[in-house]
Amino acid sequence: MELAVAVIITIVTAATPLLIAATGELVVERSGVLNLGVEGMMVIGAVVAFAIAHGTGSPYMGIIGGIAAGVFLSLLFGFLTLTLATNQVATGLALTLLGLGLSGAIGEPYVGLPGTKLQPIEIPLLADIPFFGPVFFKQDIIVYVSFALVAGVAWFLFRTRSGLTLRSVGDSQTSAHTLGIPVIRIRYLAVMFGGACAGLAGAQLSLAYTPQWVENMTAGRGWIALALVVFASWRPLRVIAGAYLFGAVTIGQLHAQALGFGIPSQLLSSLPYLATIAVLVIISRDRRLTLVNTPASLGKPFVPDR
Amino acid sequence: METNTQTKSGPQAGTFERSGDLLLQAKGITKRFGEILANNDVSIDLRAGEIHALLGENGAGKSTLVKILYGALEPNDGTLLWRGKPVSITSPAEARKLGIGMVFQHFSLFEALTVAENIALAIPGKLSIRALSERIRTVSTDYGLELDPGAIVADLPVGIRQRVEIVRCLLQEPDLIIMDEPTSVLTPQETDQLFITLQRLTSEGCAILYISHRLEEVKQICHHATIMRHGEVVSECDPSQETPATLASMMVGAEIKDVRKTGAGEPGDERLVIGSLSAPADGPFGVALRDVNLAVRAGEVVAIAGIAANGQGELFDLISGERLADRADSVLIDGQAVGRKGVNDRRRTGAAFVPEERLGHGAVPGLKLSENIVLTRHGVNDGLVNAGFVNRSRAEELEKKIKKNYDVRMSHDDPEARSLSGGNLQKFVVGRELDRNPGVIVINQPTWGVDAGAAATIRQELIDLARAGSAVLVISQDLDEIFEVADRIAVISRGELSEAVSAEIMTRERIGLLMGGITDAHSAQGEGAAFDAA
Repeated sequence: MELAVAVIITIVTAATPLLIAATGELVVERSGVLNLGVEGMMVIGAVVAFAIAHGTGSPYMGIIGGIAAGVFLSLLFGFLTLTLATNQVATGLALTLLGLGLSGAIGEPYVGLPGTKLQPIEIPLLADIPFFGPVFFKQDIIVYVSFALVAGVAWFLFRTRSGLTLRSVGDSQTSAHTLGIPVIRIRYLAVMFGGACAGLAGAQLSLAYTPQWVENMTAGRGWIALALVVFASWRPLRVIAGAYLFGAVTIGQLHAQALGFGIPSQLLSSLPYLATIAVLVIISRDRRLTLVNTPASLGKPFVPDR
Repeated sequence: METNTQTKSGPQAGTFERSGDLLLQAKGITKRFGEILANNDVSIDLRAGEIHALLGENGAGKSTLVKILYGALEPNDGTLLWRGKPVSITSPAEARKLGIGMVFQHFSLFEALTVAENIALAIPGKLSIRALSERIRTVSTDYGLELDPGAIVADLPVGIRQRVEIVRCLLQEPDLIIMDEPTSVLTPQETDQLFITLQRLTSEGCAILYISHRLEEVKQICHHATIMRHGEVVSECDPSQETPATLASMMVGAEIKDVRKTGAGEPGDERLVIGSLSAPADGPFGVALRDVNLAVRAGEVVAIAGIAANGQGELFDLISGERLADRADSVLIDGQAVGRKGVNDRRRTGAAFVPEERLGHGAVPGLKLSENIVLTRHGVNDGLVNAGFVNRSRAEELEKKIKKNYDVRMSHDDPEARSLSGGNLQKFVVGRELDRNPGVIVINQPTWGVDAGAAATIRQELIDLARAGSAVLVISQDLDEIFEVADRIAVISRGELSEAVSAEIMTRERIGLLMGGITDAHSAQGEGAAFDAA
């Protein structure tokens, strides 16, 4: 029991950054913008969060710094792709390269320094429930935020006028424009939200998951988050399934490696990727549903004629 | 119309007694796109209770003007007056606030959203899908345009999508409705229903600005018409005092030649045969074809009528070889079973194919016209490719020939396909295939978006080609076109093709019923006839 709880807690920790980054990117893509720079924004978020937490001694200041850094980078992306209408794929890739390089430079003095770990917050009463208490109600603030985020995004997208407007922009930018919906402004807001989420996900890595700064510490999680969005058919609740599955298999294969099953460790390390793709392909096999949910304007630059 | 107080002044007089209060006046509207003057000093006034037609060829500046009135474009010059007061309409939202609604031709619905969500996006205020759905039901039933608010637009046939647009507009309770070619996707019955709605709206004091290429319709329902040519207003008239021919000549500025359907003579051998062709739906929004049978003989034009998205695209793809049939013998060209062969192999048998979508499907937007010629004709021994190398001078020579023969207008020699206007590109794409003198030609929407003059040319060419011994199959949604060119007419509905019937005995009503999927229209009528005879 004790062990199971410990394992599940690590799973939650491993899944949280994916969940946050993917939810942010989901909103961005629902508005019709494909930002492949998630990895870059995450890694910048991680290094800035670590540096500020180290400097101020407060992990919460670090979180704010990480979010701000993510937003800053996303604004750069927004300026290029939305204002200047550059190619979103190329710009996103460049953003990732920029983020990785820049974070290395910023993080150089912090390599090997002890980090400031984000402490768990116990929720009174709920934390005492056996099993569920320690797993879900004795976590750090970012885990709580991640749940609120998914629920909030699902509610926003499908229950509010603003969410409807955002989806309409992603479905047909020309129709939205003819109706007088400010396509570019909405996309800027969505891109900034995505940047904030990626920055927060990065902060979780360097403040909670492994409280230290290591170069390239995102290790491809930004790309996994991007894949999760697609395989989740752009639906928020499915992102939870994907992120937690990925987290579970990641932790599971680590334990399997420790136990030594005689399976090559490289194969085990690739399991989370294989398992996540396999499961999400299966749940998204209803092609009709996928097509209806796929933002039809995704990745298309928008230049209004005026 | 009872309210029609028109005097009998001709179009030259220029003054009309028109009832109704002035609603929207545009004065001296000018709009430039770079070098091009899309609207030059255009003035128009729209009155309450009046259906006002806006007529003109492709590129005459109608869409530009309408977009300016709806706030989607900013004019360079000119003023707008709403109920006599100057206004500036800077966005569609502002236009809607004034009371101007618009029904777009086909570009303003969100396919992935439900009907209610689509409508909610245009209605300001607090969002409550449930309350809105109730209103949609009430209003749509009230006007005889029933809608299911929960349906996803992608699943709806085109005619119903049009209803969504109209109901969306009605819910905004507008004083002026702008309609851009609203009937181009409707069956004759749906069109009649729309006209009833329009008449009710005008009797309630609503003004309607009506754009259509169908002059018969304009004559039937419009009270006043403004005619544009080359970005300018050239005349105004009372369409009920005109004929479609005089309206057309006002648009073009010259007489339009009638398409002459010479006698069909004895039809020859079957050159294109489609036998028991079935195919599953291609993707979630596709249409499955069920047991399609058709034979087109040498010397005749056969037309397939039908509302958009009833399997025309699928049928075209299977005949042209873009999609392969299950059995080779389900498509025969001059006796050869080609059902399992690709497009080029089919072209080599002397067949030619013109798809519906000209830019991106019929022609590559970023390539020059001469290069686009090579793309469809490299396989047919036109001397365009020698030992793997493209013979550019031959391609350019063909490009000049097609340009001349089919009057394709362009600003400079051999431009990229995307720089041509829609109608001009259509002339090029059709001309490219006709120029080969194909033994069999299959053409989907030959004159879609092409103005009256050019359309007449294309239709005449198709008839002449058939009379010279080719088999011509035309797929079209335009009934006027079908009756102009076809010797026999079949109707496609939900992937099923009716029997091809001689154009002389086919009626619009019967086509309308067949379009609606009422397959026993034929037998019912047949029985009736037999009964009469008895």
